[in-house]
Amino acid sequence: MAKRIEVSDLNIYYGNFLAVEGVNVSIEPRSITALIGPSGCGKSTFLRSLNRMHEVIPGARVEGKVVMDGVDLYGADTDPVDVRRQIGMVFQRPNPFPTMSIYDNVIAGNRLNNKKMKKAETDELVERALRGANLWNEVKDRLDRPGSGLSGGQQQRLCIARAIAVEPDVLLMDEPCSALDPISTLAIEDLMAELKDRFTIVIVTHNMQQAARVSTSTGFFNLNGVGQPGRLIEFNPTEKIFSNPDQKATEDYISGRFG
Amino acid sequence: MTATKAPTPPPVQQRVVRRAGDRIFAGSAKGSGIFILLVLAGVAAFLISEAIPALTAPAEDIPGGEGLGSYIAPLVLGTLLGAVLALLVATPLAVGIALFVTYYAPRRIAAGLGYVIDLLAAIPSVVYGFWGLAVLAPALVPFHVWAADNLSWLPIFAGPASTSGRTMLTVGLVLAVMILPIISAIAREVFGQAPALHREAALALGATRWEMIKMAVLPYGKSGVIAGAMLGLGRALGETMAVAIVLSGGAGATLNLISSSNPSTIASNIALRFPEATGLGINTLVASGLVLFVITLAVNMLARWIVNRRADFSGAN
Amino acid sequence: MSTSTQSPVRVAEEPSGPIRPQRKLPRYAGLGLYVAGLAAGALLAALTGSGIALAVVYGVVLGTLAVYVGSRAVEGTRKATDRLVTALVTTAFGIAMIPLVSLVYTVLDKGLARFDAQFFSNSMFRVVGEGGGAYHAILGTVIITAVTAVISVPIGLLTAIYLVEYGTGRLKKAITFFVDVMTGIPSIVAGLFAFALFTLLFGNDVRLGLMGAAALSVLMIPVVVRSCEEVLKLVPNELREASYALGVPKWRTIVKVVLPTAVAGLGTGITLAVARVIGETAPLLITVGLITGTNLNPFDGRMATLPVFAYYQLTQPGTDTQAFLDRAWTAALVLIILVMVLNVVARLISRFFAPKTGR
Repeated sequence: MAKRIEVSDLNIYYGNFLAVEGVNVSIEPRSITALIGPSGCGKSTFLRSLNRMHEVIPGARVEGKVVMDGVDLYGADTDPVDVRRQIGMVFQRPNPFPTMSIYDNVIAGNRLNNKKMKKAETDELVERALRGANLWNEVKDRLDRPGSGLSGGQQQRLCIARAIAVEPDVLLMDEPCSALDPISTLAIEDLMAELKDRFTIVIVTHNMQQAARVSTSTGFFNLNGVGQPGRLIEFNPTEKIFSNPDQKATEDYISGRFG
Repeated sequence: MTATKAPTPPPVQQRVVRRAGDRIFAGSAKGSGIFILLVLAGVAAFLISEAIPALTAPAEDIPGGEGLGSYIAPLVLGTLLGAVLALLVATPLAVGIALFVTYYAPRRIAAGLGYVIDLLAAIPSVVYGFWGLAVLAPALVPFHVWAADNLSWLPIFAGPASTSGRTMLTVGLVLAVMILPIISAIAREVFGQAPALHREAALALGATRWEMIKMAVLPYGKSGVIAGAMLGLGRALGETMAVAIVLSGGAGATLNLISSSNPSTIASNIALRFPEATGLGINTLVASGLVLFVITLAVNMLARWIVNRRADFSGAN
Repeated sequence: MSTSTQSPVRVAEEPSGPIRPQRKLPRYAGLGLYVAGLAAGALLAALTGSGIALAVVYGVVLGTLAVYVGSRAVEGTRKATDRLVTALVTTAFGIAMIPLVSLVYTVLDKGLARFDAQFFSNSMFRVVGEGGGAYHAILGTVIITAVTAVISVPIGLLTAIYLVEYGTGRLKKAITFFVDVMTGIPSIVAGLFAFALFTLLFGNDVRLGLMGAAALSVLMIPVVVRSCEEVLKLVPNELREASYALGVPKWRTIVKVVLPTAVAGLGTGITLAVARVIGETAPLLITVGLITGTNLNPFDGRMATLPVFAYYQLTQPGTDTQAFLDRAWTAALVLIILVMVLNVVARLISRFFAPKTGR
């Protein structure tokens, strides 16, 4: 079910401010694409524009095309809600719903949309999603406890389980490990490696080692100065980016020669 | 993707329903907001329409027989007199209470003490009227007598002293108790928000607690206290039942606070006369209500303006 | 009171090394001086033959003075001023306690006389002297308050949702501003509004329970909007985003994620708003009036309500004055109990319905 995403000439705005300019990239199915770059370069903004979460912010809008398997995600007839059902997202800080149990958190995507399901079906879905997120063994005895009682790393895996439970084609991850300790980070990286067989994964990270460890392709975002729009400087297989990048700026950033 | 004109019916239907849900919900939320604006416009419009007969009627038909202006003027005076008296008494007390709760009371019971003061705000105004009539008015009679004997050179204490205590002075004190929790709640909030950095800096310079409050807390909380006082004033101006029960009003304009002939207030006059009023009498009362509406509106807007100006200031905090 | 030898200041003044030791009063000297002042005040009052009230006034003034003078003589001006202010703010709090205690005591004292089963089971129908009760008025208050809540809560909550979730630009600013304005409308003006509205619709001399509910709604809606708005703002944006990212439409996100997360605060705010209007008298006086019998239909004719009942029992007693006064005070007591119960319920809601956060 993984799908290819083609982005062409994408400009992203906050009101009148051009935040990201002229992105052209093709994201391969069944791969992990990492986006790296300095703070404020627009990589998270770009990520959020892929599932139309960007426009949730008042005044935010985009120009250009994002096409997933032949369908224009920003087409006039496309419902952003449908887009988000097919392109899931995991956020920087774990955000389980505080009013719901672990069980309810996992099936939140279905239940919030009033999808009628049989008890056996949901039980199976919850187990599948939690196993998929490598969380099943840790929580199977306390599914009815509040999700916010888990540790940070467990909460983040719960959020991943919640995202894959709606069976999207693509999974976006916005710095999913930045609020976690190294052990939890490792658990999530292992999980990503497993998930890439089923999903197209795009991850924003500040951690270059992480990008090198998990991703197949890497995009480097940069901006010329404060107030300037961010750009996609280079997009290449991860090995090439980290060994022999095309651009001087990429090399400077990766080797730490950066302001 | 269910993108276009939809070859298969189910997803289309689903999406139409969903979009309708969003539209209906957003529409009803917006509609409620607009409804509130309409209600407020309605309040103004209906009051004006019911007041117009009184505005256009010949002077001798207005109750009192001397025209609308001379009917309302003493009421306005009475309203202002009681409210300002309440404000003068309540504001310093409220500041003291707020300081006590935020900086002097032992930490562990401070929140509880604040809650006790808030209880004063929960008591219905009609009960305040009962209390003012049954307890405060008789208790203040000796003071009335004393003031008439010793302070009669002041116009406000000209006397002769009321023997029942149902005077503007008593009303002012009842109103002061009623607005005390309003002012002190806001003062407490702004005092509590005074930057800890400034407070600790003052203490580190060897300031006593009072000097610290004078340097770091009062300047910070000043506009908040003023705004709270204005909100309290608005409440005191519009208070009806407590005044209607306690005050023996209805006499003409006078500044004398302690005699048995007092001007009534707009709100209490409406409450007392409305049930028996007919025809033009009703219109006259509504016209006086309109005046009250305008006065409280002005006071409240002033208060909001001060609060908002302060919010602009302290944006960094 | 004046034992305010609090540790931070004191540590700074503790003699250490070459610093000149500062003279200060022993720990309980401040309180001692104050008590001495109080005693002197009481003595003065006794000598001049004044009452208890004056004795307290004399005592507080003399006590405060004694602390100030004593501290000034030993500790210097700055410390004396500090002690003076401490005494003053404590006195301010004490003064505020007087009306509260006196009011509660008076209402209990006078209200308990008729706090009996008859009061809660009888109306005033054909009662001219003793007996009778406020059965009709209590039910009337409950009905009118319920109708008010049914009108105000949806409008107020939806408006708050609009302001927090949807509102932009001018309309949002206008609504925020006018809700503030509405908060300051005097209750009697709200009553006049309802009167004018229903007079235009149904002609003169109309009196309905619904009219009273309309007037009370004008007072309740802005309170509901303000408190719900504050609570909805506290719901973290992350939860909304999490829901959107699962492909949940905005309105379902609000109904199923935002509102349940905020439910404790919403419940508390709405309960306090009810508590605020349940004791309102003036608007009901001119829109609903009063009857002696039981009318439970808010769409037909006058109704009795507890505050108006209390008011008329007190101000227009019949021949058997004491019976009327007793009923008035009992009605006041019941009213206070109702308001206090609502306040306690509001606190309980916020305690027990708060989402369990593990963060």
